[in-house]
Amino acid sequence: MKKTYQIDVDCANCANKMEQAACNTPGVKNARVNYMALKMTVEFQEGQDASAVMEQVLKNCKKVESDCEIFL
Amino acid sequence: MNQKQKRMLKRIIISAVVFICLQLIPAETFSRMDGLLFAGAGRWVRLALYLANYYIIGWGTLRKAFRGIMNRQVFDENFLMAVATLGALALAIYENGDYGEAIAVMLFYQVGEWFESYAVGKSRRNISQLMNIRPDYANIEQDGKLVKVDPEELEPGSIILVQPGEKVPIDGIVTEGSSALNTGALTGESLPRDVGPGDEVISGCINMSGLLRVRTIKRFEESTVSKILELVENAGERKSRQEDFISKFARVYTPAVCCCALALAILPPLVRLLFMGLEAMWGVWIYRALTFLVISCPCALVISIPLSFFAGIGGASRAGILVKGSNFLEALSKTDCVVFDKTGTLTQGVFQVEGIHHSTMEEEKLVEYAALAESASSHPISRSLQRAHGKELDRSRVGEIQEISGAGVLATVDGKTVAAGNDKLMKKLGVAYRDCHGVGTVIHMAIDGKYAGHILISDMIKAHAKAAISALKDLGVSKTVMLTGDTGAVAEHVAAKLGIDRVYSQLLPGDKVEKLEQLLAEEKGGGKLAFVGDGINDAPVLARADIGIAMGAMGSDAAIEAADVVLMDDDPMKIAKAIKISRKCLGIVYQNIFFAIGVKLLCLVLGALGIANMWLAIFADVGVMVLAVLNAMRCLFIYKL
Repeated sequence: MKKTYQIDVDCANCANKMEQAACNTPGVKNARVNYMALKMTVEFQEGQDASAVMEQVLKNCKKVESDCEIFL
Repeated sequence: MNQKQKRMLKRIIISAVVFICLQLIPAETFSRMDGLLFAGAGRWVRLALYLANYYIIGWGTLRKAFRGIMNRQVFDENFLMAVATLGALALAIYENGDYGEAIAVMLFYQVGEWFESYAVGKSRRNISQLMNIRPDYANIEQDGKLVKVDPEELEPGSIILVQPGEKVPIDGIVTEGSSALNTGALTGESLPRDVGPGDEVISGCINMSGLLRVRTIKRFEESTVSKILELVENAGERKSRQEDFISKFARVYTPAVCCCALALAILPPLVRLLFMGLEAMWGVWIYRALTFLVISCPCALVISIPLSFFAGIGGASRAGILVKGSNFLEALSKTDCVVFDKTGTLTQGVFQVEGIHHSTMEEEKLVEYAALAESASSHPISRSLQRAHGKELDRSRVGEIQEISGAGVLATVDGKTVAAGNDKLMKKLGVAYRDCHGVGTVIHMAIDGKYAGHILISDMIKAHAKAAISALKDLGVSKTVMLTGDTGAVAEHVAAKLGIDRVYSQLLPGDKVEKLEQLLAEEKGGGKLAFVGDGINDAPVLARADIGIAMGAMGSDAAIEAADVVLMDDDPMKIAKAIKISRKCLGIVYQNIFFAIGVKLLCLVLGALGIANMWLAIFADVGVMVLAVLNAMRCLFIYKL
């Protein structure tokens, strides 16, 4: 399952960090951040609850870049 | 500018003004205070003023740095800037030296951050403006009045009205009215297209002259314009090798520079102290280490690469070339072999009568008989005969029609037996026929068992096909290949006319994949193979090639799905243009990579030697970023290519 979220982040390197953080969140198979379009596409592992996983993703992203936002 | 940027700009300006004022106050002003108040008062007042200014410009960074530490993000750029500037301040306090430096570094750092955010926002808007083809509303008729509605709410089959000057919001078929449509936003083509009742119209086109009544055939989300926008927006997700390289580099670069900084602060003084018997000079080396930290932020690198690709893809889409990802743009720049499907790519896929030979009657008459005999068939060849005839066919003149598979037809027309078909049919009927010296499909005609001449039909080569092939050759494409299901003679003829290197003819769709595999195996040294097709029943080949290019995709979903690069119209010149755009874009990407990394390394070396101070370091850092961003924006301008 794949879902796309609108995000807000200020710098390109921070976007890369968010991508890393999202990828390392349990339940996420793969994540891509498109900095220019301000979008995050998350591919979830089988049988995962997207909204629960995304909350964790947001938490992890906030850890690496306090100024970021994911519009869930 | 958004709220955040405005706030930041205000703080930058205030801090800059305060900074300049502070620099202008002569040193005596402070030393006079010593006499007025207490000893050392001037020093403290001066420090307090500078600290206040540092707080104005730097508190956001300090706060973020603190949060970073709490989250164990040591190599966070805010943290690094905070350490560098606080360190410089501490040194200055210790030496009662120049506080200005720390503030200047913070100031320029914020200017750089602000510029980055502004430039990216601006280019984001620029590109979406270039792509401004999204229709905002659709007109429907309600109780005799025009009502504007959200196009997303309309079901397929609704009747919408498109007035002159408006965009067609949803794909559909014209039911009433005729007009000229400007397809420029989709195809980059400036020639308007005439439409009338029964014609299909594509969303995103602009109606130029008359009122059109259109019956929609798709939902808004499935319409061409929505598909294109989605495709361009998502293109950034398929990253090129350069982008991956830069994000990996950034991950290693910052920690590496920080470790170097630490080493620079500790090792040289220790060596001097212990082994050389010299003074340690801690201040000097710590200062040099702090200079390192200033250069350690990788942002200039990280921003300019995706920005270049984004601008390149945006620019290409303006020319009617949709590239589905940065990785395909990268592959396109390395194209070494271009494989064409013949029909619909190099030729129009429309048959035309090229000549009528050895006719025993008036030529029009012969064509009329042929058209009538073939009137029951919808094969492209019989349609081309009907077109050549040009007049309405009176079907009542045609009696019994007998199709002889693989040979032709036998029909009764005006009571005469008309045979129209290939040489096999003539042999079967025992009619002596004359071979044609032209290349194409030959239809022999026999009327009442007597040879009546033949009609030569051939697929028209596209006007720009030859120029397109030579443009590819000029770009250094070493091999051009044509695959076709057509007969050898026709294929050879077309290839010779266009200057194509290799031809494989009489291929079934499955054979095409096999041939492509062979050609792929021949590619070496990183050269890429592009396959160009019209998206109709060549999806497997499009998918197998390094780069699948679909042509004439206006309205063809299958082509948009299957291909990596989609040409909105069917002009083969666009292939060369796409390659040129990709090369320009990749050229800019490499310029930015080498320029940004080069300047950073130079600054590191100069900083370690003590030649570059913090001022120079921050200037170089911000300057590189500004130049890299401006350079990246050049990818948008592709008109001269």
